[in-house]
Amino acid sequence: MTSRAGAGPAWGEGPPPRSAEQASRPAADLGPLVTELRALIGDEHVVTHEHQLRTYESDGLLQYAVTPGAVVLPGSAADVQALVRACHRAGVPFVARGAGSGLSGGALPVEGGVLISLTRMTRVLEVDLPNQRVVVEPGVTNVAVSQAVGPDHFYPPDPSSQIVCTIGGNVAENSGGAHCFKYGFTTNYVTGLEIVLPDGELVRLGGKELDPPGLDLLGAFVGSEGTLGVATRIWLRVVPRPESVRTLVAFFGSTVQAGEVVSEIVAAGVVPGAIEMMDNLSIRAAERATGAGYPPDAGAALVVELDGSEAECAARFDQVVAICERAGADSVRVARDEAERELIWKARKAAFAAMGRIAPNYYVQDSVIPRTRLAEVLGRIEELASEHRLQVANVFHAGDGNLHPLVCYDGASPGEAERAEALAGLIVQACVDAGGSITGEHGVGVDKKRYMPAMFDDADLAAFQRLRCAFDPEQRANPGKVMPTPRLCGEVPGPYRRHPLEQAGVAERF
Amino acid sequence: MASTAVTAPASAEELAAALAESPAPVRVRGAGTKLGWALPGAAPASELATTGLDRIVEHNAGDLTAVVQAGVPLARAQAAFAKEGQMLALDPPDAGATVGGVVASGDSGPLRARYGGVRDLVVGMRVALADGTLARSGGKVIKNVAGYDLAKLFAGSLGRLGAVVEVSVRLHPLPPATSTALGASRDPDALGAAALALSHAPLEQLGLDARWAGGEGAVLARFGGSEARPQADAAERLLREAGCRTEIVDDDEPLWRAQRDGQRSGAGVALRVSALQTDLPSLVRVAERRGAELVGRAGLGLFWLRLDQGDLGGLVHELRASHPVRVLDRPSDLEVEPESPLEPGTAALMRRVKDRFDPEGRLP
Repeated sequence: MTSRAGAGPAWGEGPPPRSAEQASRPAADLGPLVTELRALIGDEHVVTHEHQLRTYESDGLLQYAVTPGAVVLPGSAADVQALVRACHRAGVPFVARGAGSGLSGGALPVEGGVLISLTRMTRVLEVDLPNQRVVVEPGVTNVAVSQAVGPDHFYPPDPSSQIVCTIGGNVAENSGGAHCFKYGFTTNYVTGLEIVLPDGELVRLGGKELDPPGLDLLGAFVGSEGTLGVATRIWLRVVPRPESVRTLVAFFGSTVQAGEVVSEIVAAGVVPGAIEMMDNLSIRAAERATGAGYPPDAGAALVVELDGSEAECAARFDQVVAICERAGADSVRVARDEAERELIWKARKAAFAAMGRIAPNYYVQDSVIPRTRLAEVLGRIEELASEHRLQVANVFHAGDGNLHPLVCYDGASPGEAERAEALAGLIVQACVDAGGSITGEHGVGVDKKRYMPAMFDDADLAAFQRLRCAFDPEQRANPGKVMPTPRLCGEVPGPYRRHPLEQAGVAERF
Repeated sequence: MASTAVTAPASAEELAAALAESPAPVRVRGAGTKLGWALPGAAPASELATTGLDRIVEHNAGDLTAVVQAGVPLARAQAAFAKEGQMLALDPPDAGATVGGVVASGDSGPLRARYGGVRDLVVGMRVALADGTLARSGGKVIKNVAGYDLAKLFAGSLGRLGAVVEVSVRLHPLPPATSTALGASRDPDALGAAALALSHAPLEQLGLDARWAGGEGAVLARFGGSEARPQADAAERLLREAGCRTEIVDDDEPLWRAQRDGQRSGAGVALRVSALQTDLPSLVRVAERRGAELVGRAGLGLFWLRLDQGDLGGLVHELRASHPVRVLDRPSDLEVEPESPLEPGTAALMRRVKDRFDPEGRLP
């Protein structure tokens, strides 16, 4: 694997150059398996040409790139099952991939492995509005689910990539979005899954009903980042579209001041549909990119959106405006129509991409903190940034404390990429020290697995491994992700025996 | 059931050690309000109570989160949260149940309609495994995708994988005032139509329940917060249009207590049926024909049927023909599988998970 964390150009600027080491590596001999895969799903759905394979070498996190041995594009659950079974027989690892928009390297291919692209499986299989359920294939995009049940219903989890990202990917990552403080995450909306286990067996977990019998394997599978199997059919819950949506943006002198407003709003019992904050650096970048009318000298922008019944929404909205004004907002802008609402959101949604106007490169993080520690942690981030002589922009889901610090740097300036990476690690540690998490919605993938020991000790990781081994004892589903170090699966049941690799110090086990 | 010595370790570490060392099978319990829900198997040789783990470790009011040891009675935790105008949005019927017992049984009440169940409210968990290991998953923040979500695996697992010793939970503000729109009818189809109209309307209910007993039923929609009354009025209109006799009840706590209590049976059976919203009329007809009572979450398709005497097994078998059914309360001499059967592949996968967490089969 080529790790270019902090070293190459940031994503959004096209794939980074490939290293000589990677280009010269001989391809693993997948010949017999590829022949079998072609026979199973047809020549046209098996990609082995070097140039085409490179299309799949990275997901949304371009700092990492690995060319897969082969890419297969199944058209049905039966195809997926046949492909996985063939990989299992051949002892070849596989990685499932949706749109490839993930930001943690979760869909990074395995060298010499098979990449299963689910983008042909795009059928909405059933819309059952009376029971508020939708059944889809994994390649259906997030936004297509809401379209299938509109205009009266919608599917709440709304990652920023919702136009392209797939439900299969959302299930793997337990995706969130701007509206999850009120509505919850993917895991709160998946009621059933049909999955292909790493040995090729097809198993169903749950369905349209809640509380199916037995253990909640459904809950364990959602967010498992493709390491437990491949979802081939997904049952989702949808909810009525709110009667009314009201949006405002308020500008404050500092993020600390805006943070206090967030706490006051929540303490007043208001549960906003979304509550998002941007600091001065991200405001300036977004304003240059969009011209949405955010004052470039504002210390913080707070976007608050309320939704619900007409009466409740109106009453609560007045309350929020009053809280903002009382807290000394420099200005409060209320969207009077859909166009004004879109303009407010335009700046927020453009914030990541606009960062290119501030610095040639940046490194996105996804840490979470308890909301009440916001002022303290932002102070600490500022301190760390100045020690490292770098700028950090902050754009975040303020309701649930999900920060997206963007560490800005210039990859062409010697040593700066390394400083950026070191700074990013210290920011993650500061968030964990404050009682938070290394990732709120992007997933661990390959990018954050080195931070896992900051949150979990050996016994915790060993418990995770028990689940992994129950589903995938040979660890062929998306290997090398999530867990910080390779671990073996022992046999069960039976007395404990040291594995030869373990004795040689190559791997540890619980 | 044969009496077994119960020990109540004073710390998570002691409980974990006792779990590994006590003669198997080991049963872990809280206050013992749901012992009758036990899965089939050999009688426990030892019993560990979590009641010694009785601390509210953290209540972070500003973050609307808390960390609670398993043995804390839910009612005590709620009283502590209420001092800050907050609640853990779990309202199952047993007043004496511990937080750990509610989590391990996956029990819930009417608030589930708005806030989700145990699986949706527990954001982190510390468990003791059968070999004495203590392990954490999740965290203390409400948004977190680091590592596998073992809390969901343990929620509702009835102690099959290990003992829940501590949970981190998401809290919600207590609604200041509530109001309930109630629509009564003797026609199961009218109730079904009323429930669907409400669950598909853009109203923000705290609860949306149905009930049926002795030839008559009702749909109840509860609202809280500053605009509870106007929303209840809107709900009342929908109930009336569906053909129900309606009223608005402001002092509505007794109505909802009755809904919770309907999820239990003293001498007979209490069943939880995993159905769909549109199944309400047919379930009402089964209840009526068999002399059972029904309560449930009309918008979620989760219903509880209670039959205190008569053909208890017949009710289970009839319902099981069309829905997954969990038998909760039951007389000890009633021979019935507590859980509906699973497809063989799914059952085998669960067995593999069980074997990884409890390889020697020390737990139920």
